[in-house]
Amino acid sequence: MQCPKCHAPMHTYNRNGVQIEQCSGCRGIFLDYGELEALTRLESQWSQPAPPPPAAPQAYPAAPAAPAWGAPHGGHHGGHGHHGHHRHKSFGHMLFSS
Amino acid sequence: MTADTDAHEAAHTATPLVTTLKALATGTAHPRTPGAARTPCGCGTTLLADRPDATVLRHAGTVVKAHAPGTDRSALTGRLTVAARLPDVFLPPLATTAVPLGDRLATSWPYGAPVDPEDPDAAPWEAAAALLARLHRTPAPPGLPPMRGPAKAARAVALLRAARTTPAPAARAVLAAWAALPAWARAEAPMPEPGALCHGDLHLGQLVRHPAPDGPWRLIDVDDLGTGAPAWDLARPAAWYACGLLPPDEWTRFLTAYRRHGGPAVPADGDPWAALDVPARALTVQTAARVLTKALAADRPLDEVEQAMVDACARMPSVPPGPAPGSPD
Repeated sequence: MQCPKCHAPMHTYNRNGVQIEQCSGCRGIFLDYGELEALTRLESQWSQPAPPPPAAPQAYPAAPAAPAWGAPHGGHHGGHGHHGHHRHKSFGHMLFSS
Repeated sequence: MTADTDAHEAAHTATPLVTTLKALATGTAHPRTPGAARTPCGCGTTLLADRPDATVLRHAGTVVKAHAPGTDRSALTGRLTVAARLPDVFLPPLATTAVPLGDRLATSWPYGAPVDPEDPDAAPWEAAAALLARLHRTPAPPGLPPMRGPAKAARAVALLRAARTTPAPAARAVLAAWAALPAWARAEAPMPEPGALCHGDLHLGQLVRHPAPDGPWRLIDVDDLGTGAPAWDLARPAAWYACGLLPPDEWTRFLTAYRRHGGPAVPADGDPWAALDVPARALTVQTAARVLTKALAADRPLDEVEQAMVDACARMPSVPPGPAPGSPD
């Protein structure tokens, strides 16, 4: 993924389970939908000792970590429903051969 | 035998190798008592695979395989012995010695039911992970050759180099991603120590249920088995996930099951990509090299899924292998 501002490559970091892309050039940070809320939630948990976990924002479960060279719509950007169209084609075609 | 009497009926493609393999399969499936006359059995014979590196044929409950030309006999015997000693991981061979058939070596196996390529929801991710964890935790017997994963990737890249007539950008991207990998992943240096016992070529075609149709899942294909980096066996699903071919939940099921069964290739928790990054890159390059070589030979464009593998290769040089995502810097 390239930085939308300066076009340098962006690297993925994991902060408390939230995937963050940071530009290696201008150090700008890119957050996916819901990630700012996740960080805000983590921050408030940090300041209040025993927080009850909020049940509301269930729509964006944490996607598993993925490498920065992976597909922009795959891996850490998961949960957006982009996987279906590759799935059937790739399953029989690619996942069964050396 | 209804499903077997399809277009792959072996009689229609009877090369000399297929003919001798068929005789071996029939003789193994129906052993004769000495002196008894052979009676025609009426079972169908199915050609399961016929590639330059392997011809596989089934007759009744027996499957025979002609291994790649140039297969080392003692290495194959060592690999067959591992499979025979680990019947809770591998489909056990019917014999641990290979039979010479002309210039090829052949082995015999019981039939197992494969994964259905038409049914992604039925893919046995947990079973595959559990089998790999068990394999990786098994001490490797002394004298077993190295796992052949990196050598297979190197071969795929060599074939792409040989097939490339004009400097296509896609091929350049794949070769550049390959060049950026550490020497061990390119089969130019020994794999990192300590190694583990590895399958070496895991994909969904390497799992069968035995006894068919609903026995436990077992691994098949010992040709690449050996000692090496166990993360290599996880790296194909990892590469598929990274390239958007495998949905996050299926990747999570596979990885979680591997960890639950104590697999040593990745840390028990936290970020697995420090261990997976290099092998997943190598397998992405290998797959991209294979699909590009095929597309060049057929003079056709890449399809969407093939292009996703090449695109991942093109992104690799901007993210050097090394500190994994999730590490502080």
